[in-house]
Amino acid sequence: MTKINNRKIVIAVTALNAIDSPGPGVAVIRAIRECQDFEVRIIGLSYESLEPGIYMHDLVDKTYQIPYPSSGTDSLFARLVHIHEIEHLDLIIPNFDAELFNFIKLKDKLNNIGIHTFLPELSQFEARDKVKLFDFGKRHGLLMPKDKIIHNIKDLAKAADEFEYPLVVKGKFYDAIITNTLEEAEKAYYKIQAKWGLPIIVQEFIQGTEINIAALGDGNGNAISIVPMRKLYITDKGKAWAGITLDDDTYIELARKFISATKWRGGCELEVMQKADGKSYVMEVNPRFPAWIYLTAAAGQNQPVALVKMALGQKVEPFKQYEIGKMFVRYAWDLITDINEFQKISGTGEL
Amino acid sequence: MKLRKNIATSEEGFIFNPTTGDSFSTNPIGADILTLLKEEKSFPAIIKAICVKYEVNEIQFEKDLDDFVSQLKDFSILDLEKDTPK
Repeated sequence: MTKINNRKIVIAVTALNAIDSPGPGVAVIRAIRECQDFEVRIIGLSYESLEPGIYMHDLVDKTYQIPYPSSGTDSLFARLVHIHEIEHLDLIIPNFDAELFNFIKLKDKLNNIGIHTFLPELSQFEARDKVKLFDFGKRHGLLMPKDKIIHNIKDLAKAADEFEYPLVVKGKFYDAIITNTLEEAEKAYYKIQAKWGLPIIVQEFIQGTEINIAALGDGNGNAISIVPMRKLYITDKGKAWAGITLDDDTYIELARKFISATKWRGGCELEVMQKADGKSYVMEVNPRFPAWIYLTAAAGQNQPVALVKMALGQKVEPFKQYEIGKMFVRYAWDLITDINEFQKISGTGEL
Repeated sequence: MKLRKNIATSEEGFIFNPTTGDSFSTNPIGADILTLLKEEKSFPAIIKAICVKYEVNEIQFEKDLDDFVSQLKDFSILDLEKDTPK
């Protein structure tokens, strides 16, 4: 067992919302805590007072609230400096799509005060944005569904003619609705516009089996870990409630190609649809670990731990194998806490 | 005819296809057929072995075996490239 240093490594983690549409934070912490190579102190960074991870004291040592991403980088940086003065953070692992832009922007400033991160470059982050995904795929030789970005309801019919039904109407950040008629598509357009704003993405519908791939890139084009998983049980929000690791080199090669082409730095999740003819389409690239990331640790490729080591300057060799047929089944648990704890995090922003 | 290389089966008749993530279960006769397929036994050998072990009519069983095998093919459990004539 090699210690990275003699003191505990202090790691701040976001996305403690282990709810029905869970953030990855709790799973990331669980995976990190399993590592025998170093001791950690985990600092939770939360946005809301009822994120369950805040109250999981066996996983999270202390939690601080941080400003919402819409507040911008200045207020986030000021808050992180304050937390750093108390906690002496070694590393921050942000896990929300919406906050990544700010953290990437702050990467150098954080590094200057001694806080490491392990994030993609802004150009990589923006290139895999839903709005640019098709062009991204074309450039890197990856199959992606055809799409049209529209800013006006009038353009919907034109896009629909081009793709035929069913077609998928998607929000810029979240939500996707499969529609079979123009009427349904218009309804979906307005619903998503009200929630997520414009533009709206109209996408070709790909019928097939949904596969998710968790991958970790070292920033030099090497894939340190790739673990494909098939969802066995999907919630009404489209989230995996159970899943199983797969043995199919097609997915490994697909993720390797993505990481090599983009020189991706950090964790990511490829959402893939495999058609009956065997062709695999990349439906989305999430620029952070997925909520099911603990399965990678359980299957023998602990991606969060590998990220921690790389972020702190250690060389990590690519994993060579993982356990196939390893399953997870998510569950809901009523965590009991006290009003004092809720009051403390709500009132002081710390717990 | 044989099972695809990475197909996992148990004595209880559980089948797991690690390429697709699909899993299935069969009754004890199905489990025995899978064991024989794993051993790369021919169709006539499977028919003979099952008819000895269970009280089944050979003609009826041959039809059932055809159905069972076509299901295995549909679920990508058989290695079709190495398919040999009966």
